[in-house]
Amino acid sequence: MEIPTIVGAGLIVIGAGLGIGKIGGSAMDAIARQPEASGKIQTAMLIAAALIEGIGFAALFAS
Amino acid sequence: MQRPFYFKIFLVATLLLGINVFAKENSHPVEETEKDLKSEIKEFIGHHLLDSHDFTLYTVDEEKNEHVGFPLPVILWDNGLKVFSSSKFHHGESVAEVNGNYYALNHGKIVKTDAEGTITYDDHHHATNEKPLDFSITKNVVFILLVAILMFFMFTRMAKSYKNNPIPKGIGRLLEPVVLYIRDDIAIPNIGKKHYKRYMSYLLTVFFFIWIINLLGLTPLGVNVTNNIAVTLALALLTYLITTFTANKNYWKHIFWMPDVPVFMKLVLAPIELLGTIIKPFSLMIRLYANITAGHVVLMSILGMMFIFKNWIGSPLSFGLAFALSLLELLVAALQAYIFTMLSALYFGSAVEEHHDH
Repeated sequence: MEIPTIVGAGLIVIGAGLGIGKIGGSAMDAIARQPEASGKIQTAMLIAAALIEGIGFAALFAS
Repeated sequence: MQRPFYFKIFLVATLLLGINVFAKENSHPVEETEKDLKSEIKEFIGHHLLDSHDFTLYTVDEEKNEHVGFPLPVILWDNGLKVFSSSKFHHGESVAEVNGNYYALNHGKIVKTDAEGTITYDDHHHATNEKPLDFSITKNVVFILLVAILMFFMFTRMAKSYKNNPIPKGIGRLLEPVVLYIRDDIAIPNIGKKHYKRYMSYLLTVFFFIWIINLLGLTPLGVNVTNNIAVTLALALLTYLITTFTANKNYWKHIFWMPDVPVFMKLVLAPIELLGTIIKPFSLMIRLYANITAGHVVLMSILGMMFIFKNWIGSPLSFGLAFALSLLELLVAALQAYIFTMLSALYFGSAVEEHHDH
């Protein structure tokens, strides 16, 4: 692996991490506001996180 | 009083591992083996990630080519069917001769060679030898078949136990909540009450298949089916085909000629939407493959740390981290099965969605 590739992989991980972190944080907020809707919120959170993760992995494999 | 006892066992186990490594350190000159060890660990991880034509549980002696395991049948189509045992390869060390044709193993792939087993390479280090069509029962195929048989017996027993009694017995008690969860929390909310029954069989099969095979991947058998991209490709292809062939008029209309959108935008959006139908299963394939591969690579690298540190810290650290990561992998195994099923249900749901006014 050359240096630009490693830097690119790092950037991808930062981006994906920020995205998933934001989703997780927002889901926490939402669950704290409405604990009775936690099931639905968790499902939506997992789907969104999985979609971002998929893009992250696709970019990592392309780099 | 239970906890201190287990703690003692944990301590003794890690210390014993440490002594073992210590013993190895003393018998080898350290500086010389440093470089070799790292590349050897890398090679071992790379070898673990590949599919293989024989089932090796444990290598006794690398130089003497002694392994504990058993060979698997090799089935080739090369101007006629050729079936022979993979023991003829002697773990890639020798050339197998079948009816005047010679075959050799090159990084786990079978290539056709001459009697001496010469393999020619091009500039990119790929073998240029002719490759016969390979239908072998490899390690991955063995485990796919094993899981299929296991699931068949599990679910037929579960179904039989419902005949006399509405309350399941045995394995059914474990599986019933999971089946109900998939029906009530994955299939019905995403596909809708009207159509969900058609897709339940596929969703249940794919969920249990991925889950069980991921869990088998965590055992020390060295199974790694879902980190073979061909397997995840087949699974994603099934989702794609089912979505495409069960889709209604409304689904295709929303792809090619969206209602209530200006004509110019329709022309721009149609190719993007069409590409989207392929990207969706593609991301399913990559997600499952990459998650499981990443898990296996990290776990094996942590285990490899034991041999790199070579002091009393290394073994307990490696043991503890590997233990924690294994627990995380248990979660990932179920989570990936859940995500795959969930997204498949979501795509099926979009395929059968009824028309509604915007």
